[in-house]
Amino acid sequence: MIRKERSKIPVKTLLLGQGTCCISAGAEQVYTALKREIAQLGMADSVQVKRTGLCHGFCQLDPVVIIEPEGLLYSEVKVDDVPEIARSFLPGERLVERLFYHSPVTGEAIPRYRDIAFYQRQQRTVLKNCGYIDPEEIDDYLTNGGYQALRQVLLEMTPEQVIKQVKDSGLRGLGGAGFPTGRKWESCYQAAENEKYVVCNADEGDPGAFQDRSILEGDPHSVLEGMIIAGYAVGAAQGYIYVRAEYPLAVKRLRSAIVQAREEGFLGEDIFGSGFGFDIEIFPGAGAFVCGESTALVLSIEGKRGMPKPLPRPRTTEVGLWNKPTLLNNVKTFAAIRWIINKGADWFSSIGTKKSKGTAIFSLTGKTVNCGLIEVPMGITLREIIFGIGGGIPDNKKFKAVQTGGPSGGVLPESLLDTAIDFDSLTAAGSMMGSGGMVVVDEETCMVDLARYFLDFTQKESCGQCSLCRLGSLQMLEILTAITKGEGRMADIDLLIELGEGIKIGSLCGLGQSAPNPVLSTIRYFRAEYEAHILMQQCPAKRCKALISYYIVPDKCTGCTACQRQCPVNAITGDRKKIHVIDQNKCTRCGICLSVCPERFSAVESVPGRLVSGD
Amino acid sequence: MERVRDILTGYTGKRHELVPILQEIQTELGYLPEEALVMIATFTGIPESEAFAIATFYSQFRLTPTGRNRVMVCRGTACHVKGAPQILEEIENYLNIKEGETTPDLEFTLESVACIGCCALAPCIMVNNKDVHGRLTPKRVRGIFSDSKGKEQDTS
Repeated sequence: MIRKERSKIPVKTLLLGQGTCCISAGAEQVYTALKREIAQLGMADSVQVKRTGLCHGFCQLDPVVIIEPEGLLYSEVKVDDVPEIARSFLPGERLVERLFYHSPVTGEAIPRYRDIAFYQRQQRTVLKNCGYIDPEEIDDYLTNGGYQALRQVLLEMTPEQVIKQVKDSGLRGLGGAGFPTGRKWESCYQAAENEKYVVCNADEGDPGAFQDRSILEGDPHSVLEGMIIAGYAVGAAQGYIYVRAEYPLAVKRLRSAIVQAREEGFLGEDIFGSGFGFDIEIFPGAGAFVCGESTALVLSIEGKRGMPKPLPRPRTTEVGLWNKPTLLNNVKTFAAIRWIINKGADWFSSIGTKKSKGTAIFSLTGKTVNCGLIEVPMGITLREIIFGIGGGIPDNKKFKAVQTGGPSGGVLPESLLDTAIDFDSLTAAGSMMGSGGMVVVDEETCMVDLARYFLDFTQKESCGQCSLCRLGSLQMLEILTAITKGEGRMADIDLLIELGEGIKIGSLCGLGQSAPNPVLSTIRYFRAEYEAHILMQQCPAKRCKALISYYIVPDKCTGCTACQRQCPVNAITGDRKKIHVIDQNKCTRCGICLSVCPERFSAVESVPGRLVSGD
Repeated sequence: MERVRDILTGYTGKRHELVPILQEIQTELGYLPEEALVMIATFTGIPESEAFAIATFYSQFRLTPTGRNRVMVCRGTACHVKGAPQILEEIENYLNIKEGETTPDLEFTLESVACIGCCALAPCIMVNNKDVHGRLTPKRVRGIFSDSKGKEQDTS
């Protein structure tokens, strides 16, 4: 393998993230243009333009250019900005101030990314290299301490010592369930079989979560290194990565990482001359949410329908893939291993809370000013995340709830914002850590609709073998749909609770056991909103089409006919320069009139409840 | 079916190769024709019903042909709260098909997907499993399609 010449040390390094989000925002074009422009100005030796696997997680500002060593950040860079950026590195030229991030609060420019609130409260550990290294260059990983942990493990430690170190660190499965990782490793280690497997669960199926994808795109070798160490610890020679087919870039980078790791001798026979051999294959999942469950995932790799095994089922660590003991961990868990080996168990367990050690990685999205991938110490409060890192709710809207854990989790209202989050506190509040999705919603989100949305998802993804999950979730979905259409009855709320509790008890796997969570938690914290739908025939958030109306404010309407011309059902009357009126009987509440009314008039309003013509 | 035979020569016929085989054949043909499923079943030594059961269990597999362009609307949570239903509706109106359908000229297939993991750019869509368009509004949706659809079919 040809190594890059490192004789000339660049004075400046420009980092450009090339993750899925970044690329969709145009990062590839900016990279090419920047590289060309710098070369044309004859600065290719002093200014290095470097591709990294990801941006720094502040996905919303993509494409982002980071300038090291100063740590300056240019946001939302366009190809047109490139010549100016390139010229700014010529002697005597000034920085491109207009591209700095501007505080949404004060409006002032913040040149250094470390000073931006989004980064200030984060503690980047597992994500440390994401956004700094080129995932397709193993050399880059190596110069950042890569495979040092593997070397140490293979040459200086016994499997028992590795397991002890993982146990002592207090690491819990970051896939969401929070099972102590060290104990899992130990149980697989103790299983009396010669043939064992290590499987990485990268079937990140939760809508609203993208941290596994980000790690695979940004730092794939850290996952491989964690898996190889795990293989040594439990006594396995073969690993599989079960990754979603919907993540094409992650699959591509994993493939190239595996090839490079084989070339360098980190995968294959006799790694580091230790006598230990290990190899990894990728298994692209074919799209089934239930395959995140361990027994279903194993069946899926075997080429069968991914349906969780019936109870009583042996642990996967004892009877897993091809009936052999199998260690199954999440992407983030494997990615954390090298740091625990490098920096020690004590260092890791010094971060976090009493029972949840280390950091948590969340995909912070929805209605926050700042969205992106974040890593925070366990024990931070929701308020610090949403209002500190996330910068609060945009457009002066009011915070309503935060949904964690995807379709298996629940919603948490404002009163719980000061809860210190870890595995246990979230479960106690009726939600869960889950895959780490964190979706913030404001007053414009209808909680009944949100519950219906999640149930629609889990209902479709139910594998169908447990009657309660298959039929009960359908029943719940029908009731919720009726409520959003204004056809609910008050007794429905209790019926939903009864059904939900039944499904939790009567389902074999985590999918069914947690599917009712979004419904139960919205009823628990937002019962009044359900009641408004049923009793008042109103959707307070103005989301449920059947329970809202559009109305033209006579004082504001100038009679421009914009809405009248666009109305698909001709429900709007009124000529040019005459006040327009919506015929509520004809109106289908498509909302086109609201979107086409010129902003300077803003004459169309949506109101909760059904108006009758004449209102 | 010559192409299916070619693909099968790259495998040994073991049971665990089933899903990768189905994936490769679908990538090649765009869908899984009945004939191909029968051949795969024979090749891997499983009943045809079993091959059909696998192909229908996983949402990635399709038993009907798709259009030249596959449009996947993300229905993830972040997209949902930021207006994915309106985006889907807009595309449905524009292409004049419903979710899961293909335009009569086989140009577009419209699907929805649980989440493409670009939640910070919500709402977003993915075209042909590679191009992600984010921060969409119904207006921008029309722009994307009129760019790719060609002028003669542009109805806007």
